[in-house]
Amino acid sequence: MKAKFNIINSTCIPIEIDNCNTDLIIPARYLASTTRDPKFFGNAFMHDLRYDAEGKPNRDFVLNLPAFSETPHEGVHEIIVGGQNWGSGSSREHAAWAIAGYGVRVVISSSFADIHRNNLLNCFVLPVVVTKEFQQELFDTISKNPEAKVIVDVPNQIVTNKETGHSEYFEINGYKKYCLMNALDDIDFLLENKEKIETYEQQK
Amino acid sequence: MNTLFDKIWDSHVVQIVEDGPTQLYIDRLFCHEVTTPQAFDTLRDKGIKVFRPDKVFAMPDHNTPSDQQEFINDPVGRKQVETLKENCKEFGITHFEMGSKDNGIIHVVGPEKGLSLPGMTIVCGDSHTSTHGAVGALAMGIGTSEVAEVLASQCILQQKPKSMRINIEGVLQRGVSAKDIALYIMAQMTTSGATGYVVEYAGSTIRNLSMEGRLTLSNLSIEMGSRAGIIAPDEITFNYLKGREYAPKGKDWDDAVKYWKTLKSDDDAIFDKEVTFKAEDIVPRITYGTNPGAGIPIDGRIPTLDSIPEADQIGFLSQLEYMQFSPGEKLEGHPVDYVFLGACTNGRIEDFRAFASIVNGKKKADSVVAWLVPGSWLVRKQIIEEGIDKILEEAGFELRLPSCSSCLAMNPDKVPAGKLSISTSNRNFVGRQGLGARTVLCSPLTAAASAITGVITDPRKI
Ligand code: SF4
Repeated sequence: MKAKFNIINSTCIPIEIDNCNTDLIIPARYLASTTRDPKFFGNAFMHDLRYDAEGKPNRDFVLNLPAFSETPHEGVHEIIVGGQNWGSGSSREHAAWAIAGYGVRVVISSSFADIHRNNLLNCFVLPVVVTKEFQQELFDTISKNPEAKVIVDVPNQIVTNKETGHSEYFEINGYKKYCLMNALDDIDFLLENKEKIETYEQQK
Repeated sequence: MNTLFDKIWDSHVVQIVEDGPTQLYIDRLFCHEVTTPQAFDTLRDKGIKVFRPDKVFAMPDHNTPSDQQEFINDPVGRKQVETLKENCKEFGITHFEMGSKDNGIIHVVGPEKGLSLPGMTIVCGDSHTSTHGAVGALAMGIGTSEVAEVLASQCILQQKPKSMRINIEGVLQRGVSAKDIALYIMAQMTTSGATGYVVEYAGSTIRNLSMEGRLTLSNLSIEMGSRAGIIAPDEITFNYLKGREYAPKGKDWDDAVKYWKTLKSDDDAIFDKEVTFKAEDIVPRITYGTNPGAGIPIDGRIPTLDSIPEADQIGFLSQLEYMQFSPGEKLEGHPVDYVFLGACTNGRIEDFRAFASIVNGKKKADSVVAWLVPGSWLVRKQIIEEGIDKILEEAGFELRLPSCSSCLAMNPDKVPAGKLSISTSNRNFVGRQGLGARTVLCSPLTAAASAITGVITDPRKI
C-alpha cells in the first residue's frame, strides 16, 4: 500500500483556504469509525464543502469542478496546493487518512500545523513547505492552466513549477527522507531500538 | 540557562537520531475511543504487546451521552466505545469505563486523579493534551500512528520545538477569567502564531491563577498552533495534587516535591521568542468568527471590512456569512439559542462555581436550551457536595452527566443547523457543534449571564 517516494510529476488540486482545519478536512462524524479502509476516509475528504446537506455535490467546490474532479492517479492530482496554516485544529489523524485515502501524495503550503504535519508524514503524504510567493505563484499558474504540472523531487528536495520554471528547495530531515524513499515506518525503527529504551529506563 | 521545557525535554531523550528527530521517552499515554482503534490494530498486525501497560490509561469521552450512560444508541459510536474496552482488556490497560465514577474527559480526569504530574512527558491522540501542561508537564497531542508507537515502545520521534514565553502581568479585573486571557492571547497571536513552539506561561497573573484556571489556559494553547503549553509548578500545583488518587504518597511525595521545585526556567534562560501582556488590558471576550482567534471584547464590535488586510478579506467575509453576522456589528444583546457549560476547557468545579455565582437566585431565559455538563464524575460529585446542583436547579437548569457533550458533534448533544450557541468549549469551527451550528466562545461567567437574559450578556453588568 505504501509507495516509495522518488520524483512526483503531477497536476495539482488547488485548495485555496487559509487555516483549513482538520474539522474541515474531515468532519467529526466520520471519526466514529474503527475501520482503516482508505476508501471510507477518501470519500469523507472535505465532505461538507464537497457536498450539500442532501449529499449532492457542491458544484462550486474545487474538487467538483470538471478540471479537478478526476480521482488522483499517477501524474494527475497527486499534489494538493493548500492555503497557509494547513491542518490546524484537532489532532485527528483521520484528516491525513482522508488525504491519503483520496489518493494525494504531496501537500504543498507555506505553513502547516505541527501535529497534522507529523500525521501526514506518518501516513506517507509528504508536506512540502514553500514560501508564500511560491505558493501564490502556484495558485496563479493552476488557475490559468489546470493542466499545469509540478515536480516534487524528493531525493534532491526541490519543488518546481513547470510552467514558470521556478524552483524552491524544501526541508526534510535525512531520517524521514530515508523512511519515505524506502517506505519504512517510525514504529519499525522504534522496535529495533528496544535496548536503548530499556537502558534509559534503568538509568532513571 | 535552561528553560523549563528544556529541562523536561532533555531528561527524556533516549537518543537523537542522526540527521533526524529525537527519540523521546513518554511517562504517560492517555487513550480515548476515537483515535486509538487503528493503533491497536497496528499492534495486532505486527504481533506485538503493549510495552509498558502500567503507563497507559484509557477512557471513552467523545461518544458518551450526557443524558444517560446505560447505552449509546448510535451503533457506530457504540462500537468505538466497546472497541476501546475490548482493546484495553486484551492488552492489559487500565480502563475507566463509561458511567463509572472514574470516567470523564481525559483532560479533566488526568490532573484530578494525579495521573498527570510535574516533570512528566504526557501524550494522547488529542490536540487538547496541552491541558496537562498546567501542572508543569510537557504534554503534547499526537496522531494515531504515534499512539501506536508509544503503545509499542513508550517513545515518540519528534523534532525539538522552539521555546516561547508569554508573560502576563498584573491583576485581572472583576468578571475576567482564565478563558478570557486565553481568548485575548489568541486574538493577539492568531491561530498559527505559536506554531512550532512550546509556550511557557509566566508572570504574576499566572502565578495567581488557580489550578483550574491554569488548566483552562493551557487547554487553549493548541488554538494558537503551539505544540504544548506549560506552567512551572508551585505551591498552588502541589496543593492541588496532594492526596490525589495516583499522586505519590508519604516520603515519595516529599521527594517528588523536592524535585518538582527545581522545575522552572532558570533566571538567565533564553527563549526563542518572548512576549508580555498586561492583565488590565483584558476584558470578558467572545468570538465572532469560525476560528478561536477571531474574537472581540464583549462590548466591542466586529471589525469593519476596511480594517482587515486585503488578503484576509475574503476569509473574513466567509466566516461572517457562516455566522450570519455583519462587519461592524455589535454582538452584545444578540439573542442566543443554546448555552453550553463544559468541555475540557471549562468543565471543572471552579467553572460550575462561577456559573452558579451568576445564576443564583435568577431564572434561565425560556428561549434558551442549556447544557451544563461536568467534565468528570468527580467534578459532578463535588458539584452535588457543594450544593451547586440545587442553585442550578432553582434557576431552571439541569445538571447533566460527564461527557465531551456539545463540544463536538459526536454524541447526541448537537446544536441544530442555524442555531446560535454560546459555549465555554474551545472551538468555534464550521460545524463543530453540529452541522450548520454557529458557535460563540466565551467564559463560564459570560455563558451564565447570557443564559439568564437570553442574549449575549456582559457578566460585569449582571
Ligand atoms: S471536550 Fe472537546 S476539546 Fe475536549 S477532549 Fe472532548 S471533544 Fe476534545
